[in-house]
Amino acid sequence: MEQLILTVILTSVPLIFAASGELIAERSGVLNLGVEGMMLMGAVSAFAIAMGTGSPILGMFAGAFAGALTAGIFAFFALGLATNQVATGLALTIFGTGLSGLIGAPLVGHAIDGLPQIHIPLLADIPILGMLLFQHDIMVYLAVIMVGLCAWVLNATRVGLIIRAVGDNHDSAHALGYSVLGVRLLAVMFGGMMAGLGGAYLPLVLTPHWAEGMTAGRGWIALALVVFASWRPWRVLGGALVFGGITIMQLAGQARGWTIPSQFLSMLPYLATIIVLVLIARNREFALANSPACLGRIFHAGK
Amino acid sequence: MISLIPRKDIPLALTVMTPIIAIALTLIVGAIIFATLGYDPLRALYQFFIAPVSRPDQIGDLFVKACPLIIIASGLVFCYRANVWNIGAEGQLILGAVFAGYVALTFPGLPGWAMMPLMVIAGMIGGLLWAMIPALLKTRFNTNEILVSLMLTYVAALLIDWIVRGPWRDPMSFGFPLTKMYEDAALISRIELPGIGYLGQLHWGVVGALLLAVGAWFVLSRMLVGFQVKVMGAAPRAGRFAGFSPSFVTVMVLGISGAAAGVAGMVEVSANIGQLQPDISFGYGFTAIIVAFLARLNPLAVIGAGLVVALAELGGDSAQIALGMPKVVTGVFKGILLFMLLAGETFNRFHVEIRLPKSAATKVSAGQN
Amino acid sequence: MLLFFFEQVQTAAALRPHLSEAFMTARPRTKTSTNSAKKAVVAAPTHQTLLLNASGIVKRFGNFTANDDVSFSIYEGEIHALLGENGAGKSTFVKMVYGLMQPDSGVLEWRGQPVTITGPQHARDMGIGMVFQHFSLFQALTVAENIQLALPAGESLSGLSDRVRRMSAEYGIGVDPDARVHNLSVGQQQRVEIMRCLLQNPSLLIMDEPTSVLTPQETDQLFDVLRRFSDSGVAILFISHKLDEIRALTSRATVLRRGINVGTVDTDTRSARQLAEMMVGEMVGDVARNTAPSDGDVLLEISHLSRPRPTQFATPLRKISLQARQGEILAIAGIAGNGQDELMEAMIGEWRAESDGIIFLKGLDITHAGPAVRRNAGIGFVPEERNGHAAVPTMSLAENNLLTSHSLDGAVKNGVIDDDAMRQAAADVATAFDVRLPNENSLASALSGGNLQKFVVGREIAKSPEVLIVSQPTWGVDVGAAMFIRSAMLELAAKGSAVVMISQDLEEVFMIAHRIAVLYDGHLSAAMDATGLTAEKVGLLMGGSAAGKGPDA
Repeated sequence: MEQLILTVILTSVPLIFAASGELIAERSGVLNLGVEGMMLMGAVSAFAIAMGTGSPILGMFAGAFAGALTAGIFAFFALGLATNQVATGLALTIFGTGLSGLIGAPLVGHAIDGLPQIHIPLLADIPILGMLLFQHDIMVYLAVIMVGLCAWVLNATRVGLIIRAVGDNHDSAHALGYSVLGVRLLAVMFGGMMAGLGGAYLPLVLTPHWAEGMTAGRGWIALALVVFASWRPWRVLGGALVFGGITIMQLAGQARGWTIPSQFLSMLPYLATIIVLVLIARNREFALANSPACLGRIFHAGK
Repeated sequence: MISLIPRKDIPLALTVMTPIIAIALTLIVGAIIFATLGYDPLRALYQFFIAPVSRPDQIGDLFVKACPLIIIASGLVFCYRANVWNIGAEGQLILGAVFAGYVALTFPGLPGWAMMPLMVIAGMIGGLLWAMIPALLKTRFNTNEILVSLMLTYVAALLIDWIVRGPWRDPMSFGFPLTKMYEDAALISRIELPGIGYLGQLHWGVVGALLLAVGAWFVLSRMLVGFQVKVMGAAPRAGRFAGFSPSFVTVMVLGISGAAAGVAGMVEVSANIGQLQPDISFGYGFTAIIVAFLARLNPLAVIGAGLVVALAELGGDSAQIALGMPKVVTGVFKGILLFMLLAGETFNRFHVEIRLPKSAATKVSAGQN
Repeated sequence: MLLFFFEQVQTAAALRPHLSEAFMTARPRTKTSTNSAKKAVVAAPTHQTLLLNASGIVKRFGNFTANDDVSFSIYEGEIHALLGENGAGKSTFVKMVYGLMQPDSGVLEWRGQPVTITGPQHARDMGIGMVFQHFSLFQALTVAENIQLALPAGESLSGLSDRVRRMSAEYGIGVDPDARVHNLSVGQQQRVEIMRCLLQNPSLLIMDEPTSVLTPQETDQLFDVLRRFSDSGVAILFISHKLDEIRALTSRATVLRRGINVGTVDTDTRSARQLAEMMVGEMVGDVARNTAPSDGDVLLEISHLSRPRPTQFATPLRKISLQARQGEILAIAGIAGNGQDELMEAMIGEWRAESDGIIFLKGLDITHAGPAVRRNAGIGFVPEERNGHAAVPTMSLAENNLLTSHSLDGAVKNGVIDDDAMRQAAADVATAFDVRLPNENSLASALSGGNLQKFVVGREIAKSPEVLIVSQPTWGVDVGAAMFIRSAMLELAAKGSAVVMISQDLEEVFMIAHRIAVLYDGHLSAAMDATGLTAEKVGLLMGGSAAGKGPDA
């Protein structure tokens, strides 16, 4: 049982990174459907650098950097040239999947040492709880810290206030003198960095080698997760555990011969997300309080 | 700093040149990426874009590859013209294949003249019903169709996975997730050209795809419903002024594109696979979005655009064999192509001025004629 | 300079007995600054400190003069109204005071010093705050967060919330800093906007048509708040066209007409009637109008049309009734934002009432009919906005013609558009109505405003509708095109159709209308015969003054 919970936690880490990054981008009003592509670029870069230098920590930084850089491509088109965000995001996923495959072609078949576990002194020795919470690799702690950071910045700082303002009403924010595109650029780059970290977690911890398309749709689940969490950082953390838990439940279920087909369990995150979308759309109060009003809308100042 | 100044009149030359410039830029940027990563760019371009069509039978295969793309994109054009963002064609394709598969597997004894039309209709209904979910949620609750149609794609993929592993699995498949093979009446046959014989895998579904694109062009450019779609996308307020219903148009375009994707799923299985399996589409529903943009949302141009993108798809196979690259590498070209096309839209609608920091101002004014 | 100003005041006081005469004649289009100084009517309080003084302000847009030699002054703690019709130059003037525009000539003085106000930030730094008519707050954020975004960084949210609470109590504003804006009424949101200005300690607060979005109760509350500001020394420049409100709230009013300051008066000594007269000037009916129609049959009838406010800044319609008769042009006058758009949408059928028996065409109930059905029944429509409403800018004229003829005979057969007929119809309209287009396949966006307007009016008149409903038929159109369009409407009426024209241009209304009704705050007055009707009466109705509602209304 403990092992199962542990697996759930590890499975949810890439989702936590990618979704909380996308959450910040969406809160600023940008819908970037390129999460999957950014994660793959993060994964391949992390693997290549970790393999080349022998340092998984450097690999982690490389993943973050590559993710941010990939997001920069999106920003150039969707913000700079005001292209349609949906199509641009799809292009980014297609491109990132292809380019990561190209970069990773010579890396297939190699293996690396993953990130080591860190035993937090004393706490790690608590029975059960210690193993579940205090014997992880550094990225697990980082994921939780980043969620907390996102929540704090978004809700308690002026930077977060400006991000929310830009996502809520870009014309008013512009009228008050804030740089809408500047704020969005930074938010998108942050989202890319986090997606890159999420992608990096796969080869650095979960499966210590590279395979093309190894994110296997986690980028799309992360997008669903942002909606499911109704754009609140702490709910991303909870949602990621639920989504990760569902994935693990299927495996466990199969092993125990459950009658519910695993595919129906896998559908739950997507179906739940659709339900959340309907709830948001139906209830004006809920929508205003949760979803960024300018999400996906193109801004250009000259109007 | 990039500033965008709206154009009043769009030069025709720019409209026509945009896709051509986009393709050229895609090849250049793609070559640069390959060279940067230490591959011979010319050899890569050869493998991607020339090797796949160097024999006559390969031309047939090119059309076969383009077939689902043309069918799906012909439908998507309606959505995007109406400013409705269906990105779930992949899921609608799967449902079309499942519904058509139900007919083929449940009534294996039907004669060919009844089987084919029934399967086409079933495919249309499957895709249409799947597309009605985002359509009705949008018209009833104003739910975002982008996210709903996207989520439903994954639900559809899981659904077919369950179907072929569970209830419809062929007991004789030795545990493989496959249904029974379709009877001959449920298969689309290859075209036997007089004097030439078979041209690769060229099948009658391709003819259907071309006819569909022409039909879509007729509906969009010559019929009142097509006019409604265009007006509603270009100026919704003018559409309401004309007396058109926004809800009707939303339901209609999602219905059309869903039905088209459903037919594509049916054709793909009946012509190329012959039975249902977990993976019946290689992302055609997403790739068709690129086709629709490359065609600049004109159904006739979808045919040419479908062939161009199909070439890149085949190039992926060819590069896999010749260069040992994973098939997904073709995504480098597809992704760049879509980026370039989207940027092209911007250059069509605006004069784009790029000002570098400091006073060094560079003016990029594409097609300022 | 200051001395000179007080001399003017005395001159003005001496002129007072003859004021109304001065207004009557005060329509000089090309007036030199010297004789305007003689004619200007200026009333001034005697004891306070002069805060802002503007003299000889001129602002031109191309060959249109929006402000022509405008002089204006406001004192500390004074509530001063800026009164005028649409296009009189009110917004242009305050935009210059707020730094959004620069005057072409003239001098602005702030506390006695000449200043150039470079932008809104500069204006705010000087102590000038402005509350726009369509303020835009961040709906998802709290009141305090909204205010914080407008202030320089540094103050904590909790500190700011305390300040908001204190100030809210002090002035009776009643705004909770922790409330989310989307939960507030429009009136409360406006007070948030005011608060946002106020926290920057302005000495002058400009309010642009603040009451247009408020209920009467909210208006009263707003006035209480404004009076308290005034008591604490804040000057308020109150832009409005509502005469009774101006008389209730302000001490002085400056009236603009066609960019010219026609006078500054004490509002407590002026009747609403006198203010109205200053605002609209004298209108003389044109020859064409004088051929009054016989009592024709009623073609279009609207009976008790009510519509709730469709959006935050919209105006609800309140029991509107009208009858349009054969052979006449019925004008609906009024200042923009009094329900014109909402009424037009209801007449087109883009919005439809739920109950029966509201709109009739020749006795036939068309309340539930959509635009296409109404068109088939014989009504033509020309909405105010050309781009994106009456026409699709990215489509050809032929396609734009189809927009309003697709439901009529001949245009579409079995769902297929008759391409030749479509092109021919558009070409015919272009020829008949002198629409000049760059080439045959030109997009609507390539046409000039005047040509596109001739087209959208022409394509309706070409169908010889029994009823033509137009809104702002000559808005933003050159003089030649405007005359062409007006005579086309007169011709249509002469042939026996009824024309309903919503227009904010009083001159146009008096030029061609046979009967005139006035739309004010969603109410429509009874229609009055244009012959013998004075501009003053119409002006009173446009200003919503009770004095304008005669016994027949």
